[in-house]
Formats: sequence, structure tokens, C-alpha cells
Amino acid sequence: MGMTMSEKILAKASGQANVKAGDIVWVKVDIAMMHDLLGPWLVDGGFQRLGGKLFDKEKVVVVSDHCTPPATVQQADILKFTRDWSRDQELPYYYEFEGPCHQVIVEHGHVRPGRLILGTDSHTCMAGGLGAFATGIGSTEMIGVLLTGETWLKVPETIKVVWDGRLPHGVYAKDMVLKTIKDLGHAGATYQTIEFSGSAISELSMDERLVLSNMAVEAGAKTGLIEPDHKVAEYLRSKGVTEEIDMISSDEDAAYSRVLYYNASELEPQVACPHEVDNVHPVSSVEGKAVDQVYLGSCTNGRISDLRIAAQILKGKKISKNIRCLVVPASQHIWMQANKEGILDILTEAGCIVNMPSCGACGGFTSGVIGAGEVVMSSSNRNFRGRMGSPKGEVYLGSPAAVAATAIEGKITDPRKYLPKEVMV
Amino acid sequence: MSFIIRGRVWTYGDNINTDIISPGQYMSLPVEKQAVHAMEAIDPSFSEKVQPGDILVAGHNFGSGSSRETAQMVLKHHRIGAIVAYSFARIFYRNSINVGLPVVEMADTSVISEGDELEINLLEGKIINHTKGTEYKGTKLPEHLIEMVKLGGLEPYLAKKLGIS
Repeated sequence: MGMTMSEKILAKASGQANVKAGDIVWVKVDIAMMHDLLGPWLVDGGFQRLGGKLFDKEKVVVVSDHCTPPATVQQADILKFTRDWSRDQELPYYYEFEGPCHQVIVEHGHVRPGRLILGTDSHTCMAGGLGAFATGIGSTEMIGVLLTGETWLKVPETIKVVWDGRLPHGVYAKDMVLKTIKDLGHAGATYQTIEFSGSAISELSMDERLVLSNMAVEAGAKTGLIEPDHKVAEYLRSKGVTEEIDMISSDEDAAYSRVLYYNASELEPQVACPHEVDNVHPVSSVEGKAVDQVYLGSCTNGRISDLRIAAQILKGKKISKNIRCLVVPASQHIWMQANKEGILDILTEAGCIVNMPSCGACGGFTSGVIGAGEVVMSSSNRNFRGRMGSPKGEVYLGSPAAVAATAIEGKITDPRKYLPKEVMV
Repeated sequence: MSFIIRGRVWTYGDNINTDIISPGQYMSLPVEKQAVHAMEAIDPSFSEKVQPGDILVAGHNFGSGSSRETAQMVLKHHRIGAIVAYSFARIFYRNSINVGLPVVEMADTSVISEGDELEINLLEGKIINHTKGTEYKGTKLPEHLIEMVKLGGLEPYLAKKLGIS
């Protein structure tokens, strides 16, 4: 019997030739990632009580993104603690004000195929889009990782999700992943890996692949993996990675717990309705729902291709007078690229507000939380009750194109209306 | 962590996620202030009514969403004795064991009513309902975690492993 990508990565990390789903293995961690809100200020007490010595500072990455820029004194204190701790530990890799951690560690070359990455955030699974086994852990578990570089993991079974065919115009990776989560259910992949494959996945850009892996956890998955190919290799080379790249893949005869098949050409734009990410419906069934705010950004869908699509839709138009449109590029690098391409001008002229790259209002932390009775259409990844502010607010999730079209009309809108065939992407 | 837990039940439904248990907007506050807002989106009186030792009983997918351990911190602040659910989200389950918050899975939690008095044996996976005079089968602690739980969680376990007293 062959091995899945998950089994291969965990076999390597545990120093064994073979492991199989269900095995409990002690693994060596390649990258331990923390962010400000669930990082040093929660970890330091136990870390110091147990000796306070990092297993390998080259393998520890800290990103301040949730409290940036601080909206309260408490957030400022957490940010300062994180910055000071990273300096005291002489960490070579500390980033702040650069954007959400998941995007930052990809852009800086920390994420590579075959690596085992653990982070104190549930969306750490995004790194699986490059073929790394990446998953979220709690702060206490991180104490052990920081001290020993090891932890135990149960080798997960894998659900294979095959998307063949060609996406129609106006339909994106976000729609694919929402449809997948709808079918699996929000706990349908708990304790398992989701492996995305098929011709429609190979066709996706790096930006789009990361949407799929980012949201694997919304079906309960431990990680979301995509087999690395030449696009991943070229991306890493462009980020200055010179070492050999482990082009890992699942064996032909690997065992899957379940296989789902989809034809991408039949997919329509999808929207996740309050208050669960698997409460997914075609955009046609929620069209016309009035919104108070639209949010274009996050580690899920704030990348350059997302901003380009929004700019195509909003160029020369004005957003509805009844709403606010917040744009949050997923990194400083993306912000600068969008600026160079004139995208920020287009969006600002349309009436959008461009905020700095951070976790922002996506998790209800800073810059744009909502009040009671307010409705948001967002390109982010989670719509739980109270997620973006008031528990009496509502969050709908869709693609950046659907978000941009909604901004024009002030109500949930099918993006295809604003994407004529000749500008399809 | 004790292996026998006895307490009074508060019942909840499916998908009690981490944004409900520990809302993002309060996560930068000290734990005693965060704890006031625990569960408030679905149960505004939670922080006033729960007593030390009380047991939460819920349906599917308890603790879904974030990896935030503030969820365990606020429940521990209220000295919740244990959580019994049909199923738990993966990271929540792991974090709970790491910090010594007992979690038990059970096939049909709908047979337990609010106010029932439960006694849970974590090693045997046995749940006795003293109010109803019935007994249920829950999941046992995974074999490889028993020592960690005996020692009181991951931190004391690491201390032993690293030879720190």
C-alpha cells in the first residue's frame, strides 16, 4: 500500500520509513509559527518555568498581525510584549505590520513542500497549498514545541477532493472551497487531511490555491494539501529559495477515507450565509440581501489577483452610498504591488477605504468591526456569530468578485453581472 | 486533573464555536474580564449562573474554529468541571487535554437534561447520571495521553520529560 502526502511528510518528520493513518507519531517540527494574540504573551510563563531555551531559533517565526495597529492599550501591550520577546530571544524572523501571518510566512519562503509547520492559529493549514503539512495548535502545546522542537501527532486519514474541468467566468477558488465545505459539512473532515487535486486545481494560480488550503479547517480538517508542481517551484525561486525543493506527491495506490468528484464547469458563485461556513447557497438564492459593509481582504482572499478582480469590477464605478467598503491587502508586498498597478487608485476612486495589511475586522480585532443588526459581505473565511464584532451582526462570505459587485449595489450581487466575457479571468 | 468529576449540567446545542466561547474582541483583556463574555452570544447569563464544578453538555463539533486557548482559559476561570459532547473540534480537544480541562465524547448527549447531576470516570469512559439513575458510555482517554493527564497536563508532563522539578 502506498502513502498519502500526509503519511509521507509525517513519516519523514518522525524518522520512519513508513507510517499509516491512525499511527501516533512523535515528530520534529520544521517551522514553529506564533502570532501576537496567541503567541509570546500567553506562552512565556510556561516557557520560562521550563527553562526558557528555544530548540532552534532559526525555526521559530513570530508575526504580529492581530493587534496591528493596536486599537486599544491592551493590544498595544501585547504587541510590545511580542516585539520585546522576539528581540530578547534574538529571533532572526520577526515580522510586524507586514500582514497576516499565513501570507507573510509564504512570502518569506518559510513555507516549503514537505515541511511540517505548526502555528498558534487555526488557519495555519493555508501553508498546505504549497505542499507543507501545516496545522494549528494551542499556546500550551507551542511551549513544548519551542522547548523541544517536537510534539505528537496522529497521522490523519485523507479525504481526496477532485475538481476537474474548467471554472466558468466569474467563478473562483473561493466558490470551489465553499461548495466543498457545504458538502463535507463543517465537521466532515475533522481529524483528517483534505487533499485537493484534479485538472481544475492544477490550473489555479498560487494565489487561488491558498484559498482552498486556508479554508480546509472550516470543514474541521487538520490540514489542506495540494501537490506541489512547477508553479510552486517557480514561486519559491522568485522568493529567493535556492535549496532543493521536495516535490512530494501521494502514491497512486495511497488509501483515502473518501473521494469526492466535482466538475468545475458546472459551478456557480457561492455564498456562505450566517452563522456557519457550511451554510452555503448559490449566490442567486441570496441576491438582493442588503448589506452595511463589504470587506475585501484577509489571508483567505486579499492577494493581488483578488484585488485585480475587484479593480476590474469597480473601475470607473462608485460603491453604493449606503455602505462602507474596506479593502485590506494580505501583505505589505501585495499593497505595494497593487499600488504600482494603479489598483489602489481605482478602488479608492470608487469609494473604498484601503486599510493596512492586518487581521483587522476579519476576527473582530481592529479597524471595521460591526454593530448590532449590521450585515457584512466579506471575502474572509469565517462567519460565526460575533466573529466580526457584535453577536447581533451577520456575516456572509463570498469571492472577491462577489464582494466587489455587492459593493456597487449595496446588496448581495452575482459578480457575473459585472464581468463581461472579454475581461473574464 | 482528577479522573472522577461530579457536577451539575448546563446543556447546549451543536457547533459551540470558539468565537462564542471566547469572542475575538475581548481576547486581549485579562482572563477574568474575558470570562465575563464567555458564551454570551448564545447565553448572556452564562458567566453569572455557572458554578465551580458544573459540567457543559453539548452536541456536535464543540469548540470548532480558532486555535485560541483563551477558550479553555475562560472555561477554566469559571472552573467548569468537564465538557461532554457528541464530538469535539480537533484543536479544541487537544488544547483541553493539554491544559487539563476534561473532555469526553458520548454518542447521544440529548438524553442528558439541564440540571442533571453527572459523575464522569475519565479512565473508564463511564458517565453516571445520578438524577436519572442511568449510566452512559463515553470515550476513554486515549492511551498515550493518560500519563500526561495524570500529571496534570502538558506543562508538568514536559517538566518531567525535561527533568525540571
